[in-house]
Amino acid sequence: MSKEFIKGNEAIAEAAVRAGCRFFAGYPITPQNEVPEYLSARLPEVGGHFIQGESEIASVFMVFGVAATGIRSMTSSSGPGFALKSEGISFLAGGQIPAVLVNVSRGGPAIGTIEPAQQDYFSAVHAPAPGGFRCFVIAPQNVQEAADFVYEAFDIADKYRTPVYVLADGMIGNMMEVVELPKMRDLAELPSNDSWRFNKYNDDGSARILSTYMPMGELMQKKNKEMAAMYEAWEKNEQRWEEYMVDDAEYIVTAYGSSARIAKSAVKELRAEGVKVGLIRAITLFPFPKDAFAKLDYAKVKKMFCAEMSIPGQYIYDVQNAVLGQSQIIPIQTSGGVILETDMVVAAVKENL
Amino acid sequence: MEKIYERVSFTSKTSPTGYCPGCGHGTAHKLFARALEHFNLRDKTVLVYPVGCGGLAMPWINVNVIGAAHGRAGAIATAIKRANPENFVISYQGDGDLAAIGTAETIHAANRGESITVIFINNANFGMTGGQMAPTTMLGQTATTAQSGRSLEEHGAPLRMAEMIATLDAPKYVARFALHDAKNILKAQQGIMKAVELQVKGEGYSFVELISMCPTNWKKSPAECANYIDETVLKAFPLGVFKDVK
Repeated sequence: MSKEFIKGNEAIAEAAVRAGCRFFAGYPITPQNEVPEYLSARLPEVGGHFIQGESEIASVFMVFGVAATGIRSMTSSSGPGFALKSEGISFLAGGQIPAVLVNVSRGGPAIGTIEPAQQDYFSAVHAPAPGGFRCFVIAPQNVQEAADFVYEAFDIADKYRTPVYVLADGMIGNMMEVVELPKMRDLAELPSNDSWRFNKYNDDGSARILSTYMPMGELMQKKNKEMAAMYEAWEKNEQRWEEYMVDDAEYIVTAYGSSARIAKSAVKELRAEGVKVGLIRAITLFPFPKDAFAKLDYAKVKKMFCAEMSIPGQYIYDVQNAVLGQSQIIPIQTSGGVILETDMVVAAVKENL
Repeated sequence: MEKIYERVSFTSKTSPTGYCPGCGHGTAHKLFARALEHFNLRDKTVLVYPVGCGGLAMPWINVNVIGAAHGRAGAIATAIKRANPENFVISYQGDGDLAAIGTAETIHAANRGESITVIFINNANFGMTGGQMAPTTMLGQTATTAQSGRSLEEHGAPLRMAEMIATLDAPKYVARFALHDAKNILKAQQGIMKAVELQVKGEGYSFVELISMCPTNWKKSPAECANYIDETVLKAFPLGVFKDVK
């Protein structure tokens, strides 16, 4: 294992290659451009394929087509691009096709700003597209985790045959940090896809039909129930979060991604001043780590704080849904590319002691 | 007696194609299935199906199929062929799919010269959804969304996809045939054979447009449809080979 000083977007791209990704299609959009740029040169080196699609929509459907042949595939974009990709994400979910989606998010709505923000939370977590489905959503807080989570995302995608959505932001994508990149996977060791890849004929010679069309409501409902059962299994088995100094905490700050990293610095400062404060960082956003909030001793928790780079708040709704009114939750929010600062979090907590 | 005709060997003996009487889709399917059989491609074939009537023959055709979103077949076919060059990739699309919502995917796949075979059914309307106006609807032809008939001023003229694609550098074979009588069907079969052979030889992109009848939505008998094609449709969409790069 070697350590490298590498930019977030390039770490994401290299981690994908090492995870066995051999196909990428994407379209230029800031702040994720280094992902396709890097892969345009890197994928051919390992026998993979890169296509710059004529649009975000074409790109996600290129991924749909290739992922359906069992080749590990990825696309990346940023908020406005994900608006366009939503159709293809729905087809990945409906077709039960494993694929990895990386959103290096920016300020919105519409064109918005190219600066880092967390305003795609609802879109990623609750409604990647119409049709009522979920993606597995995981949020890194730094470049190391961006690489690690992208690497792992391919395994999660294969395990559940689902699109896995890595929700990063422009700060993670464009920051350089020292990273230990994961090892190169041997493609021969990846799980077999012969049972489901559509371009293989069945053993009896009959054809495989990969169609998301259901001719009858009963069949659609049956599939919807199967997908709902999978989501419940994720909620039971796959919730992931980090706790920092929560055990004796009277005040809890919660955040995810870049905001959580900033909030952690604030918790350290406040602890140095004797404030009993802790941090809950959501790592999986779907499944949401409800258990982290369910097991808190609310008799001890005086107040909670929810930090995110989105106005209006989005993450806070899931926190409220997990806290179930057992504590006041005070929002700490920036938006549109204005980066959350440690001092803001410190000040907000101090004002509410 | 000499056997001069039989069903394509791998197609279903129990499922119908599913098309209305007089519809050209069933004929088109038979023609490209025949070409797959001729070049012994069935076990390599990946068929990218559209949204619309095109996909109704899924159980009949009995080759591996991926159902595209409306208009996205060009992108899907591109990527599957790039990543799986051993597959024979055929994209089968109607006019709403290929010439309206999928215009970008269609043009760019052609312009990149992807090694795929595109079969385009032009029946001058959105069939599956009940006869709405398509980019290929005739001037004066009524549609459920153009009830007084298509007008040049309001809707523009019928979009000639084959001619447009023939202007691009990369495509190797671009042609338009018709399916309304036996003579034209035989010509279409030859054109499809040629388009399929191009991909077999790895020589590049081919596009075959097939003028097709839609008796249900045209509200005409099959015989009236055939006359309408001769008298009206072929004036807007002349038949011919627009590009044939040796």
